[in-house]
Amino acid sequence: MLLRHTTTEVKEREGLTINPAKTCQPVGAMYAALGIHGCLPHSHGSQGCCSYHRSTLTRHYKEPVMAATSSFTEGASVFGGQANLLASIETIFSVYDPDIIAVHSTCLSETIGDDLQQITRKAKDDGKIPEGKYVIYASTPSFVGSHITGYANMVTGMAEQFAESTGEKKNQINIVAGWMEPSDMREIKRLSKEMGVKIVLFPDTSDVLDAPQTGKHEFYPKGGVTIEELKSTGDSKFSLALGCISAEPGAIALEKKCKVPFETLDMPIGLSATDRFIMSLSKAAGVPVPAEITSERGRLVDVMADMEQYFHGKKVALFGDPDQLIPLTEFLLDLNMKPVHIVSGTPGNRFEKRMQEVLERIPGANFKNGQCADMFLLHQWIKNEPVDLLIGNTYGKYIARDEDIPFVRFGFPILDRIGHSYFPSVGYSGGLRLAEKILSVLMDQQDRTALEEKFELVM
Amino acid sequence: MDTQNISLLEGREKQVYEKKQGADQIDIACDTTSLSGSVSQRACVFCGSRVVLYPVADAIHIVHGPIGCAAYTWDIRGAVSSGPELHRLSFSTDLQEMDVIYGGEKKLYRSLIELIDQYQPNAAFIYSTCIIGLIGDDIEAVCKKVAKEKGIPVMPVHSEGFKGTKKDGYKAACTALMKLIGTGSTEGISKYSINILGEFNLAGEAWIIREYYEKMGIEVVATMTGDGRIEAIKRSHGAALNVVQCSGSMTSLAKEMEEKYGIPYIRVSYFGFEDMSKSLYDVAALFPDRPEIMEKAKEIVRDEIRQYYPEMQKFKSALTGKKAAIYVGGAFKTFSLIKALRTIGMSVVLAGSQTGNKDDYSRLKEMCDEGTVIVDDSNPVELSKFILEKEADLLIGGVKERPIAFKLGVGFCDHNHERKIPLAGFVGMYNFAKEVYESVMSPVWQFAPRKGGLS
Repeated sequence: MLLRHTTTEVKEREGLTINPAKTCQPVGAMYAALGIHGCLPHSHGSQGCCSYHRSTLTRHYKEPVMAATSSFTEGASVFGGQANLLASIETIFSVYDPDIIAVHSTCLSETIGDDLQQITRKAKDDGKIPEGKYVIYASTPSFVGSHITGYANMVTGMAEQFAESTGEKKNQINIVAGWMEPSDMREIKRLSKEMGVKIVLFPDTSDVLDAPQTGKHEFYPKGGVTIEELKSTGDSKFSLALGCISAEPGAIALEKKCKVPFETLDMPIGLSATDRFIMSLSKAAGVPVPAEITSERGRLVDVMADMEQYFHGKKVALFGDPDQLIPLTEFLLDLNMKPVHIVSGTPGNRFEKRMQEVLERIPGANFKNGQCADMFLLHQWIKNEPVDLLIGNTYGKYIARDEDIPFVRFGFPILDRIGHSYFPSVGYSGGLRLAEKILSVLMDQQDRTALEEKFELVM
Repeated sequence: MDTQNISLLEGREKQVYEKKQGADQIDIACDTTSLSGSVSQRACVFCGSRVVLYPVADAIHIVHGPIGCAAYTWDIRGAVSSGPELHRLSFSTDLQEMDVIYGGEKKLYRSLIELIDQYQPNAAFIYSTCIIGLIGDDIEAVCKKVAKEKGIPVMPVHSEGFKGTKKDGYKAACTALMKLIGTGSTEGISKYSINILGEFNLAGEAWIIREYYEKMGIEVVATMTGDGRIEAIKRSHGAALNVVQCSGSMTSLAKEMEEKYGIPYIRVSYFGFEDMSKSLYDVAALFPDRPEIMEKAKEIVRDEIRQYYPEMQKFKSALTGKKAAIYVGGAFKTFSLIKALRTIGMSVVLAGSQTGNKDDYSRLKEMCDEGTVIVDDSNPVELSKFILEKEADLLIGGVKERPIAFKLGVGFCDHNHERKIPLAGFVGMYNFAKEVYESVMSPVWQFAPRKGGLS
């Protein structure tokens, strides 16, 4: 009972976070930057930050994760980190030879007051950025928002600093990916191709963080959105932002800079959200929905019907990142389950607003995000109103074990299983996978705990 | 960019050395901060403090700063406890923008009070992170106040990430421990007693070591910090000897205890038959007035080796002639690993550490075979390059190194936080050999392009 100290009584806490349901901005910026081809993320701060982010991403993806650091010292913290960043840019281009360096700040450099825009401009003026190479940046102070905020800020940086409008519109749609797995990004591309729509997906970590074994360590794997593609986003006729928190800011930036109109959608997780994505994509591109996609949808509906008898009324607790929780909650409702406790450490009113809409059918459901919306609170809620299923990242395993709740791993980080980066959760096939996983854990629990006379062959 | 075609990182020449005839004296530039802009495998001061103090299981560990530092160090080290498990939870003041502007002392104070009331710990460690050093929170004062109000020791750990290297973090942790040491009663402690320092009980290793010493008739007063308890640390100044493993992290504490309490210390390693045996003999030799301690040490060594040595021959015959690359945190571990690998017939073609000093590297040079590359504070490009060039069959490293080995198609053994089985002690050597064998001989490598798979 690792969590034996969790009390049932929920008391207002003044600032203390116990077992967080979020982490800090820079890791999100690093993840997003890995979704650009030939890009080396750069952490402008102490060595530890970069090391922790790389370790966390490595544990989640089981892939090498490359990123550089400004390696702040005491001197840098007194005199500012400009010299460190300028030296870093020089070192990186001469030794690691990326096409792009994507710099993100840290709590340290932000508190000192380093201005990334000014420093990168100086690097350019001083000739430290070779011809045809780029340095982009995002301000990602760890004391604001969460890893999701950092992801959104880096995605916004890509749009702001790369998009160009030539005045000639291209027959293509931008899809701004919210924080999702490489497998999800691959699935978005597959669906778009199936629809016959030319898209620019950014960022795109497929073929970067799910790279094949080649016998070589590819410092810059073949995947990632290219600079050409990023530049062309300004000429696209429309943008779809998949996620109001992690993706929308990128689409807004494109609208501001290049007047590309956009629509914000929930991440296409589950049936309803995928329906909306397919419809919006079809409308934006002016193409019909092909029969194959209708069949895919039909298969998911068929399975949902087959599974309905096992799901109805089952109470669920879930936690993680807002853009994933919103459509996931909706999907659980479509499966006739009852999401009753929902926690996200990421702050912001959008989550609350969307959750209220989605949870209309479940009066009394608990949800909270931002400060003190942590795993301790979720556990307390579960103690007060037990659930049949828990969905969230690896950190849920403590609660699942202590309370003996079937547990589906979903979100970031997943440190103890493999598969999330290979099998999508988005689209109709992603819905199938989620439903299958949920049913499996529920049935496994039943098989494990059923009395002998109730132990059934046919379920 | 293909890592094979990369030249040595500029400015790194002084941290790489290849042992061959006619090569210069080894003069590795170590103990320095990494080059700005390098893809370093190193961490920060906070990381150093956090890993050292983390296994103290009946204390709360609160990270004062924005959420990241607490989130990334939440239960990532398999330092097991035989009782309380407070160390496996993550506590943070989760500082926000307003706290950075107006200071976080009040939030820290309130958080501490809430935590202590809720968890009733025996002590509290407060880690300051980068921005605490900048905004100037007086955490000493907060700690004093809370200690007085709650009647438990509350130790500040000055671990601002940028204030040095991981080694400085070890020092800050030792300073915090020194505040506890000497505050407990030493009554009833045997004169044949030791503290085990620098053993973190990963996968239960401290239990194995402790059992050996106890079998020898020696009382173990405290392990620092594996399966650590506040009461034991408080009275650890009553021990007759400090036995220090992982020299990087705990030597400074041993030195301070020697100065302040007159406790001598010795450096040991528990990896490999050779070093493990030596660490029992060396301790026994310091208690010459009770010869049965040495007798018992010999008996343990004999029995243990008799048990495991024959079983290891299978591994040895398969592994003989295979080559290993080692890149771990401390240099001391590298020495043991070279010897351990030789026991199973393997040679070492690359040896490196994140935190070794000049003496360490000279010793490393002595130990290594001709052609071995020695590196300080390496990076993935270099590691990949040398692994391929030297045709290594195995990489020994930590979390960030594992996928690199697998991408290159070579075996891997985690000798860091993520080891799942004890690698210390005699049984640990057996486990190590088995793990190396399983990984190096895995059928999966036959499908890797490097070994002739489809490519």
